[in-house]
Parts: sequence; structure tokens; C-alpha cells
Amino acid sequence: MNFSEVFKQSNQLCKVSPDGKYLATCVQYRLVVRDFSSLQIVHLYTCLDQVMHMEWSSDSLFILCAMYKRGLVQVWSLEQPDWHCKIDEGSIGLVSSRWSPDGRHILNTTEFSLRVTVWSLCTKAVSYIKYPKACQKGVDFSADGRYMALAERRECKDYISVFVCDDWHLLRHFESETQDLSGLEWSPNGCVLAVWDSCLEYKILLYSLDGRLLSSYSAYEWSLGIKSVAWSPSSQFLAVGSYDEKVRILNHITWKKITEFEHPATIMNTKAVVFKEVEKRPVVGSEDLSIHQLTVDNSLFSTQSKYEITQLPAQVPVIKPDPERANPKIGISALAFSADNRFLATKNDNMPQSLWVWDMQRLSLLAVLEQTAPVRCFVWDPRRPRLALCTGNTKVYLWSPAGCVSVNVPVEGSFQVQSLFWHCSGSSLVLLSKEHICLCYVEAEEEK
Amino acid sequence: MGDWWTPTKMPDPSLDTKELSSISGISMSPCRRNSHHSLHSTMALPKTSYSVISAFCTEENIPQCIVYINQEVCSLGLTGVSLETKAGVLSAVPVLNLLYEVLQLQKRAQRALHDLETQQLKSSSDLEHLQHSNCRLKDQLEHTRRENSGLHEGERQLQLKIKTLQNCLKSEKEEVQKLQSIISSRATQYNHDTKRKERECTKLKERLNQLLMDKRDKKLSIEISNHVGRSDGKRGLWKTVKMEARHEGEMYRALLGDYETRQRSLMMENSELKKVLQLMKKDMITILSPKKPCVKPEPADDSLEQAVSEDEEDPGDCSRESVEQSCEQARQQLTDSIRLQWRKLKSHMERLDSQASLLASQEREGDEMMSRKEHEDEMQRMRLELQQCKEFIHMQQQLLQQQLSSPCDEETAALLNDCYTLEEKERLKEEWRLFNEQKRNFERERKNFTEAAIRLGHERKTFEEDRAAWLKTQFLNMTPFVDRKRPALTEPHSALSVEPEAKLQSTPPLVTQSLFSTPKAAPVKMPSTADLYRTLHLVPDARGHGRCPSGEMLTKSRLRNCSTDCSVISLVRDENSPV
Repeated sequence: MNFSEVFKQSNQLCKVSPDGKYLATCVQYRLVVRDFSSLQIVHLYTCLDQVMHMEWSSDSLFILCAMYKRGLVQVWSLEQPDWHCKIDEGSIGLVSSRWSPDGRHILNTTEFSLRVTVWSLCTKAVSYIKYPKACQKGVDFSADGRYMALAERRECKDYISVFVCDDWHLLRHFESETQDLSGLEWSPNGCVLAVWDSCLEYKILLYSLDGRLLSSYSAYEWSLGIKSVAWSPSSQFLAVGSYDEKVRILNHITWKKITEFEHPATIMNTKAVVFKEVEKRPVVGSEDLSIHQLTVDNSLFSTQSKYEITQLPAQVPVIKPDPERANPKIGISALAFSADNRFLATKNDNMPQSLWVWDMQRLSLLAVLEQTAPVRCFVWDPRRPRLALCTGNTKVYLWSPAGCVSVNVPVEGSFQVQSLFWHCSGSSLVLLSKEHICLCYVEAEEEK
Repeated sequence: MGDWWTPTKMPDPSLDTKELSSISGISMSPCRRNSHHSLHSTMALPKTSYSVISAFCTEENIPQCIVYINQEVCSLGLTGVSLETKAGVLSAVPVLNLLYEVLQLQKRAQRALHDLETQQLKSSSDLEHLQHSNCRLKDQLEHTRRENSGLHEGERQLQLKIKTLQNCLKSEKEEVQKLQSIISSRATQYNHDTKRKERECTKLKERLNQLLMDKRDKKLSIEISNHVGRSDGKRGLWKTVKMEARHEGEMYRALLGDYETRQRSLMMENSELKKVLQLMKKDMITILSPKKPCVKPEPADDSLEQAVSEDEEDPGDCSRESVEQSCEQARQQLTDSIRLQWRKLKSHMERLDSQASLLASQEREGDEMMSRKEHEDEMQRMRLELQQCKEFIHMQQQLLQQQLSSPCDEETAALLNDCYTLEEKERLKEEWRLFNEQKRNFERERKNFTEAAIRLGHERKTFEEDRAAWLKTQFLNMTPFVDRKRPALTEPHSALSVEPEAKLQSTPPLVTQSLFSTPKAAPVKMPSTADLYRTLHLVPDARGHGRCPSGEMLTKSRLRNCSTDCSVISLVRDENSPV
């Protein structure tokens, strides 16, 4: 496992182009594009203000930089460095900006969700979509980039509009059976739209592309409901994480619950392995067989950590949420399927130090990673069943069915990993601290 | 208590006093006069009383004495004997006979007295005992009363508590209702408010949008150096109806594609499953077919044979099924046949299982197949015996229970139901009632006893007087035979002690008495003796009858204080035994 040198970055803005060739980072008002393999600067663009949001177009030819404070969006071309485009939303304000899947349109959401402005780079044309709903996830493009689903709010009712992204033709417009729609998400095959209600009510609705209601599911009533939703890459499963600390898996044929994964404070399941991260000063001595330790030992001052397998039944540290405050720290806040659909990783907010990995073939708990600090971010390798996570300290953690690894980031000074993401090839990880980035090449390690 | 001493022989003291006194008055003088004469003889006598009597008869007044004695004897009812003077000489035989009779009489009286005394002692002890038990029962009563009041108090407190709790519950319920209504009203209010606010918000948004649009925001613009081609390289198309149709078509195509892929995957799965089923069926057939010859001989299994005949057709179907896989009928047939085969296999397996177990058991037993039957017979026999024994024991137990504690049953039942306070209360009440009854009984008995005691005292007094009088007369009569008295006194004593009853039976008591009793004395004499008899006899009698229920009660309450009641039971038994 190798690490690159450290580069500066601001606002956690660092993206790899969809084709994997370039790495774009924003440092204040500058946009730096590097070649991913050599890390040489290819282009350097200067924006009008500090960049708040940056995004690659789907064809990796353009980069969008949004400066929300000034209501400005600047687009840069990789092919023609002197080409430029500036979109000014004017006094109406700007809160979010994104590419359409074709990479030729930019969708800007104005302040107060007054409207969505669609700018075309091809024709300079501008079109508006009124009444968008400001919610957790009000817009979603299908995986093939053909359709866009948009949540709307009119006359105190929720509506869903399905647009054809090609020419922004409104394909379907229908009322959704939600009290207060909170999010929508296309299935990876683009045929089913999952729509869920706000946390006040446990309700998830499944609409076909043509607006038919396929099914509706509610696990319980009178309690805080859905917190997170995730499709499996095969569209076969829909995982719904809720405030009752359970994940419910729905199947794609009957849309009924197949199973539910509980997150108990005491793990009794004898088939599960509980990895516990143990921090300690480096000690010379023999290592336990059960410990998978991989440390680069040039970090003299940082504490080392390794995983130990805990005997079952094991206790998972639990924090008690404050019942007086809104959005209590309880329930499943994050779910992610591995690329091969075999594993599901979940995080329960009142067990912030633990990450749960479930086997989707046996529909059972496979592993629990108990960290010393709360888990900040976890991402599956887009190619392999491999999970990377960080907890805001100087280490990167990797889990695979073979075991667990804790890796210290060997840079000068401390590099506290706030978030991370994979390169699309799965060969390397991009680690982000507050102001820096660092690349971690994992492929070499794998081959060794 | 025999009948022999009972009636009429007692001289009526009230009647005889006059005569006696007059005679004594007469007789007193000779006594005094000859006092010094007979002093020697009296000194020789063991009993000093005789010295006095010696004055009763002198040489001069023998005939008078004889007459007197005869009179007295007659009045005493001793008819068979009288003194006769044969030429002035008193013959010894009648005198001795008379003396003997008198002695007998006296002895009888003594015995009666003794009996009476013991009777009285007994009754007094009884009385004492009853008083004791009465006392104890009183204490008990007091105790139960206190207990009762305590329970009442407890109950009252509990009731109070219940009342307060009920009030609490009521108030809580009311509060809950109130809160619920508040919640619902708040919810509606909140909903209304949110709707209103949202409407306002949308109105504002609309207005803002309008204003911004109207202003023709100069800033709202796109600056682009040159247009970019579409990512797919095509030119943009006009929005036309045709385009719409195309979009629809594409959408439906996409959906169709999805459904097709899904159907394909399902088909694949289906065919896989079918293949597995076919394989299973074939395997089953192959497993089952070699077994047929050994199974077939069993005549009862016609279902199997039927299945076998179907089996023979099935292999032919197989190929057909694989050809028309999707055909509904074929599928049905396949599943049916599989089901049938499966059932057969199951039954076969079961039979195999049973056979195996039988075989195992056979092996265990070796070649003692006969012994098994024998063993079973033996078992049957023993079971029967056991059953009989059980029945016998059961019967015995029942009988024992019936014999032992027919009254106890109630008690045990009551005890069993003890746990319920209500029943406890009921029981207490019952006990209370019983106790009252008992008390009343005791009271009555006590009264009886006091009456009896009083009567006894009276009787005793009269008897005492009687005896004194009798003794007096006796002594008056005896004085002439002072010398003979000694052998006469000793002999009857021994004779009496040996065979008193024979003697008494030989002397016909009642008939002779009624015949020879003085007609004057008899009617007056009868009531008093009869009364005495009745009182003496009645008390235990009445007591015995009166006791029966109370005895039961006592045995009932025995469970509570065994030690004290034991004596009572024994007493009851004593009293019951003569009855």
C-alpha cells in the first residue's frame, strides 16, 4: 500500500473524472486538474470567487464550479482550456447546481426552491421547472441518464415529475401518496422509483417508470420512520434503514420484506465476527494469529492500532440519544451495498463507532467493525468486495471478507482523514483531510 | 348403678321422728338408769356407741323392747322377721335374722351413700371442668371477637384504599382523555397552520418569482464563448408530438425490456427448478422401483400399486414435459406426479424406518420372537393386576376416609378454601354461630348441674338425717344383743364382700317392698326417691343426649386447640358410655 504526497484542497472539493484520468481539486478560487496517474497539473483555472461546489460532467470534458454566495456557476472545458462559460442566476440566488446526465445541461436550484433553471450549453437555452420541493433528495437521475425524477410540492400535495433528460420533455406527472415526501431514488435499472415519506411516517412507495404505484410498504406506525434508503446495484433489493435501528430488505418481485437486520447492543450471532480496533504503542513482539495488522512504522508519534477478534457475545458501545432534540442520533443513517451485491454495510447512529457488514446471500450478520472513534465515512470499492472507512483520525481502515486492516497515513504532520472515496478502477483511494488530499494506492498491496 | 338399691326401703324420716322420739324418750330413762350396769360390757365392745344402746333394753322392759323392735322392723319393711318371746325368753334365731336384715339394710344405705358421694364428687369435678372449659371458650370467643374486629378493620382500610385508588384511576383516565383531546386538537391546529403557512409560502414564492421575472433581471444570463455540440453528436430536435410519442415508446420499451429480463430470469429459475424436480422424480422412481417386488406381496397396499401403475406411464411423460415446459397442464402433471412420488417415498421411508427399528429390536432380542409375545402377555397381565391393585387401594382409601372423617371433610374443605378472605369471613361467622350454640348448651348443662347438685345436696341432707335416725333406731334396737354383735358384724361383712349381688338378686327387691311397705309411707316416699333416682340418672342421660352435637363441635374445634380438648373428648366418651 503506497501513499502519494499531500496536496492542498479546500471545502472538501476533490473529484476524480468519471473516466478516471483526471483529478480535480479546488483550492480557494482556483481549480486544479491533475493527471491521475502522474499527479502532474494538467490545467489550472481561476474562478471568480471561492468555489463551493465542483462537479465533473459525465463525459469528463467539463467541470462545473459553483459559487453559491454570488449565484454564479463557471464551467471549464478540458479540451479547450480557453473556452469558458459563466452562468449568473442573478438576484434570485443559488443553492445547488448540478450537471444533467448528458453533460450539456446544468440544473440550478434557486433559493427558497423557487424553481429549477435548466441551462443548455448547446443552445444557451434556459428553461424553468417550477415548484420543486426542498427535501432530502428531491431530484434523481436514472442510472442510464435518460430520466429525471423531480419531487414537487403544489397545493400542499406532493407530486412527482418524470422528465426525459434528452429534451426535458415531461413524461409523467403524478401525485404521490406521501404526507411529506422526503426523497426519491431510481432503481439502478431505471424502471422503479422508490419514494419515501419524511421521518414522521414510515412509508415507502414504489412507482413504475410510467407512474403506476407498484407497491407501498410501511413497517410500523406512530414512530419515527425511514432514515436512509439504498438500492442494491442489481435492483434486486431495496434496503430501508429506519429510526428503530433496523434495516429492512424488500425484494423486487413482491416488494415485500424479505428480512430485517437488527443492530443489537449485544452481538450473540455466533457466525458473525466482531473486529475491535485496539490502539496501542508499537510493541515489538509476536503477533496474534487472529490479528491482521498492517502498519507502516515510520509514524513514530502516532498511536498504532490493530484489530482484535472479540469473543462472543460482544457488547457494542451505545450512546443514548437526546430525546428532546430533533433528528435524534439513533437509527440507520447510512447503508451501502457492495458492487457485487453480496454485502451490505450499515451504520447505526447510536452506535457511531461500529460498522456492520451483512451477508446478502445468507441474509445474516457477517462482521462488525468496532472502531475507537465514530465512523465518519465508509465506501465500497466499485470493483471488489472491499470496504474503506475512516474515523477522523490518521488511519484508513479496510475490510474485506478476508479480514480487517488498519493503515496509518504516513505523511508528515498529522493527516486526519475526514472522508474518502475510491477511484473508479478501485485501484486507489482518495483521502481527504480538512485542507489536504492524499492518494492511497491499494492495488499494489492487493497484488503483493 | 343397679336397680337393687333404689326404691322404697328408705324409711321416711319425717314420719318416724315422732315415734322415734317418743320411744327414745321412753327408752332414755332405762338407759341412764343402767348406765353403770352395762358399763363393763360396753367397755368391752369395740364401738362405744353400743354402750349407749345398752341402756335401751333391761331385764324389765324386754317385752316392750321386743314390741318396739317389731314395730320398727315392720315399719322398716322387714316383714319376714320379727322377735318372738317364747315364754319370756327371746329366741336367738329371729333376733339374729333381724339383726342380719338390719345390718344388710344399713350396709345398703352405706353403699348408696357412698355411691351418692362419688356421684357428687364426679358431678362436681364435671362441673369444675365445664366451668374451666366455659372459661376457655369465653377466652376463645373474646379472641375470635378481637380477631374479627381486626379483620373488619383491615377490610375497611382496604376498602378505603380501593376507593382512593379508584378515584386516582378515574382522575388519571380523565387526564388521559383530556391530554388526548388536547393532542388531537393540537394536531389538527398544527396541520391547519402548516397548510396555511405553506400556502402563504407558495404565494410568496409565486410573487417573488413574478417580481424577479418581471424585472427582467439583467444579471440572469449565460455567457458562453461558443456553443458546444451534444454529447451524442446529434443535433437537438424540436419538441413535436412525434417526439412525445417516441419518448413514450422508449419508456415503454425500457419497461418492457425490464419485464422481459425479469421474465427471462424467472424462466431460467423456473426451468432450473423443473430440472431439479425431474431429476428428483427420476431418482425417486429408481429408488422405489427395485423395492417393488418386496413391497408388492403386501395385499393391503393398493394405493402403492396404483401409484406403481402410474409410474409406468410417467417416464413417457417426461420427454413430453420437457418439450412443452411452459404448458400449464404439463406443469400440473409434473407437480402432481412429484407429489405422488414424494408421498410414496415418504411412506416407503417410514416403512423402512419401522422395519429397521423392528429389525434392530429383533436383533436385540436375538431369536426370541416367542419370548416377545410372552413378554407382552406378561406385561398385559401385570398391567391388569396393577390396575386391580390400584382400584383396591383406591377403594380402601375411600372407605377409610369415609370412616375416619365424615365430619372432618367439611373441615378440610373449609381449610382448603381458606385462602379466600370472603370464605374466611363466612367460616368465622359459622364458627361464631356454632360457638354461640355451644355456649348455650353449656349454659343449659351448667344449669342442670347446679340443679342436680342442689337436689343432691337436699337428698344428701335428708339421707343423712335418715341415716342418723336409722342409726339411732338401730342402736336402740341393738342394745339387747350387745354380746352377739361382734360375730354377727364380722361375718356379714365378709359374706357381703364376696357375693353382694347374688344376695341382692336372691332377695326380690321391688315386689316384696311394695307388698310389705307400710301403706302410709309408700306414696310419700316414692316421689323423693324417684326424684333422686331421676336426678342422678337423668343428668348423665340428659347430658349424654345434649352432648352429642356439642361433642361434634368440640371435635371440630379440636384442630385449633388439641391439648385442651382432649380432656373434653374423654369426658364425652365417659358420659356416653353408660348410655
